[in-house]
Amino acid sequence: MKLTDELKKSTLAALWFMFLTFPLLVIRVNTVTDTVEWRWSNMAFIGAGTFFMSIVWRYMIRKKNKGKSQASQDRASALRRFFEQKQNQIMALSILGIFTLAFPHIFSMYQTNIMISALIYVMLGLGLNIVIGLAGLLDLGYVAFYAVGAYSYALLNLHFGLTFWFALPLGGLLAFIFGIILGYPVLRLRGDYLAIVTLGFGEIIRLVLENWSDFSNGPAGIPNIPKPSLFGMDLSLQAHTVYLFYIIVGLVIFTIFFINRLQHSRIGRAWVALKDDEIACQAMGIDKANTKLRAFALGAMWAGMGGVVFAAKTTFINPASFTIWESVIILCTVVLGGMGSITGVITGALLLILLPEYFRAFAEYRMICFGSVLVLMMVFKPGGIIENVRKTYKFNAQAK
Amino acid sequence: MEFDFFLELFLGGLTRGSIYALIALGYTMVYGIIQLINFAHGEIYMIGAFTGLIVSSVLTMAGFPQLAVVVVAACAAVIWSCAYGYTIEKIAYKPLRNAPRLSALISAIGMSLFLQNYVLLAQTSDFLPFPSLVPDFEFWDPYAHMMTSPELVIIITTVIVMILLTILIKFTQIGKAMRATSQDAKMASLLGVNVNRVVSITFIVGSATAAIGGLLIASHIGQINFYMGFIAGIKAFVAAVLGGIGSIPGAVLGSLILGWTESFFTGYISSDYEDVFAFLFLVLILIFRPSGILGKSETQKV
Repeated sequence: MKLTDELKKSTLAALWFMFLTFPLLVIRVNTVTDTVEWRWSNMAFIGAGTFFMSIVWRYMIRKKNKGKSQASQDRASALRRFFEQKQNQIMALSILGIFTLAFPHIFSMYQTNIMISALIYVMLGLGLNIVIGLAGLLDLGYVAFYAVGAYSYALLNLHFGLTFWFALPLGGLLAFIFGIILGYPVLRLRGDYLAIVTLGFGEIIRLVLENWSDFSNGPAGIPNIPKPSLFGMDLSLQAHTVYLFYIIVGLVIFTIFFINRLQHSRIGRAWVALKDDEIACQAMGIDKANTKLRAFALGAMWAGMGGVVFAAKTTFINPASFTIWESVIILCTVVLGGMGSITGVITGALLLILLPEYFRAFAEYRMICFGSVLVLMMVFKPGGIIENVRKTYKFNAQAK
Repeated sequence: MEFDFFLELFLGGLTRGSIYALIALGYTMVYGIIQLINFAHGEIYMIGAFTGLIVSSVLTMAGFPQLAVVVVAACAAVIWSCAYGYTIEKIAYKPLRNAPRLSALISAIGMSLFLQNYVLLAQTSDFLPFPSLVPDFEFWDPYAHMMTSPELVIIITTVIVMILLTILIKFTQIGKAMRATSQDAKMASLLGVNVNRVVSITFIVGSATAAIGGLLIASHIGQINFYMGFIAGIKAFVAAVLGGIGSIPGAVLGSLILGWTESFFTGYISSDYEDVFAFLFLVLILIFRPSGILGKSETQKV
C-alpha cells in the first residue's frame, strides 16, 4: 500500500517535471537556419531523474520533520569529544600546520595557485560570516568591498607606487570606511530590504568602475600590479607564488584568531543576540544600529584585504571580476559550510572552490550547482555541514 | 524642439514604467502574501519570454497564420510560467514558511541562480532575436512617430492587468482569502482559509503577469537572453518598494515614477549611469520613506 503510494507520487512528480521542462529542454530553435532541434533524450533523463529525486526528497523531508536522528548526533558528538581533548587538538593542529607549510613544496605551482585562490575565498567567507553568520545581515553586495580593496591597491600602486604591505591595511581601511558609509543609512532597514540595497550597492560600484574610465581605466582594467616583495629581494615567479601562499595562510590564521576572539567578546554575543531577537535585544540596552554597523564594517574590512591579495595574485584586475555572482558564490561558501561556524566556513570555501577546479569537465554546471546548494541547504540543513555549536550552560539538578 | 524632446522622453518613460509595472505587480503580490522577496520572479519573466519564442518559432516554421501563432505562443508562455511559479514555491519556499526570513531569502537567490543557469544550459548563452508579435495598427499610424503600436499595447495591457488584479483582490472570494492571509496567515488558516492554496494561487497569478510582461517586452526590445530577468526584476522591485510594497496601484505608480525619472535622467544627464541612478533612487527611498508612497507604515510588535 505504502509502496504503491510512493511510486504513484514519484511518477506524478516525474510526469510534472517532464511537462515543465518540455519547451526549454527538449526544443531548441535555431533562428538563423530556421531549424528545430528536438532533444527527446533530455526528457527521458528528466523523467528518470525526477522519479528518484522525488523519493529522496520526500524521505529527506520526513527525516527532517522527525528531527535529528540519534545515530548522527552520537557520531557528531563522538567526533567532537575527540577534538575536545587537548592532546588530540594539538596533534591535529600540528599535522595540519606541517601539511600547510610543506604544501607549496610538495605540490606544483599550479596547485599552489589554486590553493591561494581557495584561501582568498576562505578569508572572504570568514569575513562575510561576521555579517551573515554572526549578525544575521544578508549582504549581497559583499563583492563591492572586495573590489574596493583590489582597486585601492592597484590605483595606489599606479599613482603613488605604494607597495603591497602598505596597501594591505589601507585597502582594508578603505573598505571599512565604505562599509560605514553604506551601512550607516541602510542598516536601519528590515533584513530583506538590506539584501536588495546591498545588491544595488554592489552593482553601483561595478558600474562606476566600468564607466568612470579616467579613474579606473574602465572595462580594460589595470594591468601590471606588482606581486608582494620580500625585503626588496628579487624573487622568481615560483618564489613569488610560494611567498604569496604563506602570506595568505598567515592572513587566514590571523582571521581565524581574530574572529574566534570576536565571537566570544561582548560585541560578538551582542550580534548573536541581535540575530535571534532584535526587540528583546534592544530592551536589554544594546544599540541596534551601532552593533550592526560594526559587523558590517568589519566584514567589509576583510573583503578589502582579500581584494588586495587578489590584486596581488592575479596582477591584473578589471570590473568583470566583481559581479554580483561573485557575492553569491561567497554567500554559498558560508551557507554550505555553516553560518556562524568557523570550521564550517573554511570547509565550505575549500570544497566549493577546489572541487570545480578539479572537475573541469563539469565547469559549465558550476553555477547551477551553486544555486541548488543554496536552495537545498536552506531546505534541509540550514545550519550547514558543520553546524555552529553555541555555548550552552546546562543546569544539572542531580549534581549533588 | 525642446518640447518635442521632452514629450519623447515622457512617452519613453511611460512605456518603460509600464514594463516595470508588469513585473512589479507579481513582486508586490507575492510580497504582500508571504513577505518574501521572490528573487526568482525575474527568472519567471525570462522563462515566459523564452517559452513564447520557442513556441512561436516552431509554429511559424510549421506554417501557421500569424494570429494563431501569437495566441498559442502567449497561452503557452503563460501556462509554463505559471507551472514554474507554482513548482518554485513548492520546492524552495513552502518548506521554509516557518523558517527565519534569512533562510527564505537565501533560498530565493539560489532559485534565481539555478533558473538562470538552467536556461543557459538548456538553451543558449547568446542573445536570441525575438519576433515582433504585435503588428503595426493602421489606425495608430498618425501617432506612430511618437509611440509605436507595441508600446501602445504594453501600456494598455498594463492598465488592463492592473484593473483585473484589483478586481480579483477586492471583490472575489479568493481575493478576500489573499487579504486575510497577508494580514495574519495563522488566523486565516484557523478561520478555514486554505493558506497553502492561497499562496499557490498568488504565485500562479504573479507568474502569469510576469509571462505577459516577458512576451510584450521581448517583442518590444527584439532580443532575449538568459540574463534579461535579473536586472529587470531588481528594478521592478525598486518600483514596487517605491510605490509601497503589497499595494497594486502602488506598484504601478512606483513603476511609472521610476520609468519617468530614469527616462529624464538618461535624456538630460547621462546614459552611462542609468542603472546606478535606479539603485541610488532605491537607497534614497528606503532611507526616507521605507513604506513607499501608497504603503502603510507598520510598527514592529513583539
